[in-house]
Amino acid sequence: MIVPALDSAMTIEFRLNGEPISIDIHPAERLLDTLRYALRLTGTKEGCAEGECGACTVYLDGLPANACLVPTVQVRGREVRTIESLDGATLQPFLTGGATQCGACTPGVVMTATWIRHHPEILARHSIRALMAGNLCRCTGYDGIVDSIEAALQEDVIE
Amino acid sequence: MKVACPASLPEALTMLSAEPSAIPLAGGTDIMVNWPQRLSAHQERYLDLSGVMELRSIRWTDDALILGAMTTYWDVIEDGQVAAAFPMLVDAARQVGAVQIQSRGTWAGNIVNASPAADGVPVLMAYDAIVVLESTAGRAEVPLADFYLGYKDLRRGPDQLVTEIRIPRRSYRFHRFQKVGPRRALAITKVGVAVTCDGDDWRVVANSVAPTVCRCPAIERRLSAGALSGPEDLLGPIRDDVSPIDDIRSTARYREAVLARLIYHTVQDAASSLNPHER
Amino acid sequence: MGFPPNGELALDRIEGLSKLTGRERYVDDLAVDGCLWGMTVRSPSPRGRIREIRFDQDIDWSKFIVVDHRDLPGPNEVKHIETDQPVLAGNYVRHVHEPVVLLAHSSRHELRRAVQAVTINVSEEPAALDFRVPPTPSQIQFGGDNVFKHLTIVKGNVEQALADAPVVVEGTYQTGAQEHIYLEPQGMLAYQEDGVIVVKGSLQCPYYVHAAMMHALARPADRVRVIQAATGGGFGGKEDYPSVLALHSALLALKAGRPVKIVYDRDEDMAATTKRHPSWVRIRTGVAADGRLLAQDIQVLLDGGAYVTLSPVVLSRAIIHAGGPYHCEHVRIEGKAVFTNSVPFGAFRGFGAPQTLFATERHMDRIARAIGRDPVEVRRINLIRDGQTTATGQVIDDGVDRDALLSQALTLSDYRAKQAKHTAFNAGHPYLRRGVGVATFLHGAGFTGAGEVNLDSVVHVAAMPDGGIEVRTASTEMGQGTTTVFTQIVADRLGMSADRIQVPLPDTARDPNSGPTVASRTTMVVGRLLERACDDIRRQLGLPDDARGDTIHSAVRKWFATPRDGPLIGTARYQPPPGIAWDEVGYRGDAYGTFAWASYVAEVEVDLRTWTTRVLDFVAVQEVGKVLNETLARGQIQGGVVQGIGWGLMEECRWRDGAMENAQLTNYIIPTCDDTPPVRVAFVEVPYPHGAQGAKGIGELPMDGPAPAILNAVAAATGSDPCTIPLIPERLMELLLA
Repeated sequence: MIVPALDSAMTIEFRLNGEPISIDIHPAERLLDTLRYALRLTGTKEGCAEGECGACTVYLDGLPANACLVPTVQVRGREVRTIESLDGATLQPFLTGGATQCGACTPGVVMTATWIRHHPEILARHSIRALMAGNLCRCTGYDGIVDSIEAALQEDVIE
Repeated sequence: MKVACPASLPEALTMLSAEPSAIPLAGGTDIMVNWPQRLSAHQERYLDLSGVMELRSIRWTDDALILGAMTTYWDVIEDGQVAAAFPMLVDAARQVGAVQIQSRGTWAGNIVNASPAADGVPVLMAYDAIVVLESTAGRAEVPLADFYLGYKDLRRGPDQLVTEIRIPRRSYRFHRFQKVGPRRALAITKVGVAVTCDGDDWRVVANSVAPTVCRCPAIERRLSAGALSGPEDLLGPIRDDVSPIDDIRSTARYREAVLARLIYHTVQDAASSLNPHER
Repeated sequence: MGFPPNGELALDRIEGLSKLTGRERYVDDLAVDGCLWGMTVRSPSPRGRIREIRFDQDIDWSKFIVVDHRDLPGPNEVKHIETDQPVLAGNYVRHVHEPVVLLAHSSRHELRRAVQAVTINVSEEPAALDFRVPPTPSQIQFGGDNVFKHLTIVKGNVEQALADAPVVVEGTYQTGAQEHIYLEPQGMLAYQEDGVIVVKGSLQCPYYVHAAMMHALARPADRVRVIQAATGGGFGGKEDYPSVLALHSALLALKAGRPVKIVYDRDEDMAATTKRHPSWVRIRTGVAADGRLLAQDIQVLLDGGAYVTLSPVVLSRAIIHAGGPYHCEHVRIEGKAVFTNSVPFGAFRGFGAPQTLFATERHMDRIARAIGRDPVEVRRINLIRDGQTTATGQVIDDGVDRDALLSQALTLSDYRAKQAKHTAFNAGHPYLRRGVGVATFLHGAGFTGAGEVNLDSVVHVAAMPDGGIEVRTASTEMGQGTTTVFTQIVADRLGMSADRIQVPLPDTARDPNSGPTVASRTTMVVGRLLERACDDIRRQLGLPDDARGDTIHSAVRKWFATPRDGPLIGTARYQPPPGIAWDEVGYRGDAYGTFAWASYVAEVEVDLRTWTTRVLDFVAVQEVGKVLNETLARGQIQGGVVQGIGWGLMEECRWRDGAMENAQLTNYIIPTCDDTPPVRVAFVEVPYPHGAQGAKGIGELPMDGPAPAILNAVAAATGSDPCTIPLIPERLMELLLA
């Protein structure tokens, strides 16, 4: 589908949290802005605008990406998932494991951690710490996060 | 701001020839940094390549690995065949940013962004990669080692798109990429070096020590000439090949000293057949 | 009712699921009808007279709200300890990024364009930019030497003792600034409601903000309201700065007649807000041949930045902790804070103690090396024993076995065995070197000296008609666990289940002033007040001291059978522990109600090719009175240790004209998940009778140990003697190649 180059609004269609969506965007919009301000999905946080902290982690076609670095125009025809699509009932290990303190980095952490949980085979080639390195946390010192992920993986195996 | 969204390569090339000032937009991990504040960037025109499916491919011929321009770092990391034949590519890709960047950043974008600190470029260059450029006027191939004329000065005409990166299949006795940054992830390289040896020839490619990523011919000649007695043996050739500076991330003195040590110990490791891919 | 007695309840974080699912709402998540964005135009110059403020003709300024110093209804002063900091610069600037003009508009994008279209022209004057160097006459901006605070602790006769000492060891130690990098940048929303100016935002101390707003807006207490929004990290960075931001957003809201929200960009937050005070410490120690400390002469200098902010109190804590956990008969500690034209410095976890404890703990290793003794044994000989006095003459008598604490850390870290292994490893490896290092230290919780008395903290516990209990304090949750710990304390004290207990976010319209959320005082001091407020509920109901659970519920129900115009409120006001005496003038006496004690061990590997230091293992053992919640307490220690690792090895601030040049997360390096080892934590408990359930404060303690432990390990690994942090590779290289 050819989308003409326009100076102001463009209409794009994509899948958001499992549902189709059509939305008018400005060409200069970041996915983070579309989510937080246009769609009022404020679970995805802005920590740095540089793609360093990972607080804005979403899934783009199933892979973690920093929404602050994604031009919204590029998600047309693709699959976007945010923290709002995760089932809170699966997060007990993170609660008991001390994965969150102030919560500002937490949605991004949970997104990346849940991706690992859904693809445990990836741990044959990557360590948890290396995979979580794109999510900066200033409160936990990371142990609470890593311990929680390990506990969650064990729980997943038992189930 | 205008964004053109071609759905095919011919369409992309046509759009580019009509609007040569348009900036090709691949993964966005360089262009989008601090986007809200970079007001002048919002006035530019962009050519969004994300819809050009022909560019997202990894294919093999008898004599080469061919990465389509929209191939990401993560595509390579998770491709066992590429990892087996060209492990330095995986080494470098794993050290770019973190998974959120690796899933979006492209090898071609790294080449065209032309940062002196680019991590994808040294390993491609050390593997003798060839950049394939296309325009409505035709196709050109430029060795990556010849692609940079100076700081942010590339052999790419404004109507040309990098469409492929060709890496000749070769058997290497030794290949190793080392990146030194301020931390183990999310790091802009302070000094990095890719070293390969195919039995006869050395390739040494350094990043963050010159205005461009560059081959180091004096160092290569010195390595071919015989055994090193210590890192000091490399200081002369290093000074011939590169010109590290003091900047916000590190110092010239540090970069030079580390480069010498990295190459020296890499070569020692190669000689004593320690695992060359140890991080 | 089957409820665990005696403080054994340990809850999952109350607001944890809300945070995990992204439902917790921080100030930038709040949608407010008609809200404008606000932004700040700042000084480009470190010092000088504002000659002109030029507004570009390309912008239609009638579409913007524009505020400057003339819009202040009251004095142009941010009330902290002093009132020297203007809300907005008038005709003079004292640091780069000093706020001058505020703008508001409905479009953030238009606002950015507008900010760039305002030019502040300054007639520059010579700026004082290096606090370690005495100012030239043209750089003097206060008194005769820019020193604005000078404190001295004296014990015994240090000059004589130094002269008599067999060995004198001298060292100079420096620590750099540290930026908080709370993951949620500073933000504040301001709006008007029924004649009241309301601010809601990311903050640690609602009543600090309230006082500052009353002062500069010239309003009585009931016409200013401060509400905490969920706060994404503070670490001290949101202790004083939010007063500035609240006044800025309030001024814009008052002028606009509409709500205004200011949320800082990350680089703006890093560059323009407060950081940890840089320090320079010189120690001269007289020691006996066996390593006993005979005399300690310590000079402490802090970079006080362009405005006073909290520097006097940081200096106070710095000098009180400078002697370390050791006993010495003859001590002089002299501290100074000096003005420079740097962006002001402020509170950061530890608040002066990490700076001087870094120096002290590096110096102990230097002493050991000078006299040829084991650094662990030198510490053992000097660890303060019960009955001995600190530098301020405070008698330590708490029953804590500090020697055993050290032994436990050595055991857990396998210290001796590792030392032996490292000797062999280092001899054999072409370029890797390993080492272990120790730090033993203390941290006084609560406000220094008469501080807690002056705060005069009050808490309320309200029994509601629906059977619920509402905790009303000014203590904020910023990740450290206030909400959960307060719930536990009140549930335990009343014998009620946790789901009956609410701890709403503080609101000055409803909640009394229980003091700021700082100084590791929240559990220990405010928690204790909550216990007494619970007891007050029992008293008001005429119940015996051991009445719990259903008994209290029934009595409350009966109480509400009579029509009431509000909840039943139990109150408690701060009472100092008996026998505490502090002399503020002579700087002598009981500096803190109690100290927590710790021994940390770091194991490092240094790569001599790159001079990079990696922490392989970290053990943190501390005596903390009582652990109320293991997960929360462990999380505090682990988080603090990693901040300490960053401060010690990576977090370099690069300065230009007194402002942070590397004000980007790309260029200011904090540890990632892959940069730190698991932090192994152990607690020892010797209950403190005056803390809630026996607890001492622990929030800041873990900041004091990591940097010196790590540098001691690097020294052991490489034979170098690093004295400056952060010990970035470039710095270690210079040391080793020299």
